[in-house]
Amino acid sequence: MRKYSLISLSSILVVLAAWSLVTYTGWIDPLFLPTPTDTIKALLEEIEEGIFFADVAASFYRILMGFLISTIFAIPIGLKMATSRVWLAVWEPFVGFIRYMPAVAFIPLSILWFGTSDLQKFFILFLGVFFQEVIMIADNCKTVNKSLIEVGYTLGFSKSQVNRSIVFRAALPDIVDTLRTTWGWAWTYLVVAELVAASSGLGFRIMQAQRYLATDRIVLGILVIGFLGLLTDLIFSWLYRRLFPWKLMEKAKE
Amino acid sequence: MASTGELMLQADDVTKTFVSNKKEITALDNVSLFIRREEFVSLLGPSGCGKSTFLRLVAGLDMKSGGSLRLNGAEIAGAGRDRGVVFQQYSLLPWLHAWENVAFALKKTPGLSAAEKKELSFHFLELVGLKGFEYHYPVQMSGGMQQRVAIARALVYKPKLLLMDEPFGALDAQTRREMQDLLMRVWTEEQCSVLFVTHDVDEAIYLSDRVYVMSAHPGRIAKEIVIDLNRPRDFSDLYTEQFLRYKREIEEELMRQKMLQKEAQKDAARR
Repeated sequence: MRKYSLISLSSILVVLAAWSLVTYTGWIDPLFLPTPTDTIKALLEEIEEGIFFADVAASFYRILMGFLISTIFAIPIGLKMATSRVWLAVWEPFVGFIRYMPAVAFIPLSILWFGTSDLQKFFILFLGVFFQEVIMIADNCKTVNKSLIEVGYTLGFSKSQVNRSIVFRAALPDIVDTLRTTWGWAWTYLVVAELVAASSGLGFRIMQAQRYLATDRIVLGILVIGFLGLLTDLIFSWLYRRLFPWKLMEKAKE
Repeated sequence: MASTGELMLQADDVTKTFVSNKKEITALDNVSLFIRREEFVSLLGPSGCGKSTFLRLVAGLDMKSGGSLRLNGAEIAGAGRDRGVVFQQYSLLPWLHAWENVAFALKKTPGLSAAEKKELSFHFLELVGLKGFEYHYPVQMSGGMQQRVAIARALVYKPKLLLMDEPFGALDAQTRREMQDLLMRVWTEEQCSVLFVTHDVDEAIYLSDRVYVMSAHPGRIAKEIVIDLNRPRDFSDLYTEQFLRYKREIEEELMRQKMLQKEAQKDAARR
């Protein structure tokens, strides 16, 4: 295990070394790529100006809300689509159609409707996340072993009880995996939305920095988004291990 | 110890047809049989003879196409808690500990407190020899142990009829023998009727009061054999003359069915 951690660490170090090499030696003009030191300086400056944590908070709040609103609807609807022909018939064409419309293409329209408010970000996130999530969650629920469902019926459960206490529970680990994936996509939608129209947030800060050719702040913004993504991914993975210890045992057995 | 009690299950001319590739296939053709109260009855036959299909009809998981299938005098309309089912593939809920899997079957039992449910579940796990494994996940248990949990789960709500679909089919021979003895012990204690589906001749004779031998394509009852061996039984019964006579009788019947089927296939090919 330790060996692999070391390998991971060294792969990061190699990238960092390459970055240092091409910047500190002046091979690449700092206008195009800042040095690591300049990037850290930019971070300290932004913290001093009081905008850094405000940006992170603004972006995090938007993505969290957009993601939660999408997920709150996607889980029950996905479950229903997997277990009821009628629900599938109602939602499938609709979801299948909107799913292929790029969420970012709705940005101009969304600004027209909601201005540059947080609501507009929620709307774009919802379009980008909900329609993907609902299909994936329906798939997660469809792959539940049929014999587990039949156990429920032989125990005298009603269809809705079977759905809640067997189908949903059996699909939950896969659903959490789905959320982990869509959360990553949500970052992309958020940042694009903030690049186009916002007055705060990480995407907005990157756009601002470009106007003043502050490349160090651009790079900082990109790196911070990467770190936040990594952090939330670790949280998801921790959650998965806490919630589904039996899943890990299954994997260890294979 | 063939019981002479009243009827538990009665099937009259039960038929089941499927449509597959636009062709109608008869899985069960006029199957008639009965099970008495506290009787252990096996359905024995080659794979594809429809024995599991019949069990699914009794469980209420599928609907019959014709005939009458009555449990305690009432036509079976769906799944219900008067029957317990044990499947071949254990079918435990992987996210629950062993005792929670058993307690899961008590979810719909009114008038039991959570503590009572837990106590009952522990008791039934002990009955199937799993004391000390209450907090194990299914993935941490062997196939035999998982099937024990499944049996405990099927019995904990005291169904009058236990349906078992090749429950020991996936286990190794050693574990299988152990489970058969366990099942007989539990059955004696719980006093329920059992419909046991298997393709293992020894297993059917060893466990049953009566054996129905089925033939395939379409599934029919070919022969009914009363097993008049004393209970309790143990492995030494497997080598008694009486046991071997039953075995011979059943295997001859299975052989005869196979011949008949081959003839029929030849006839069909000629036409």
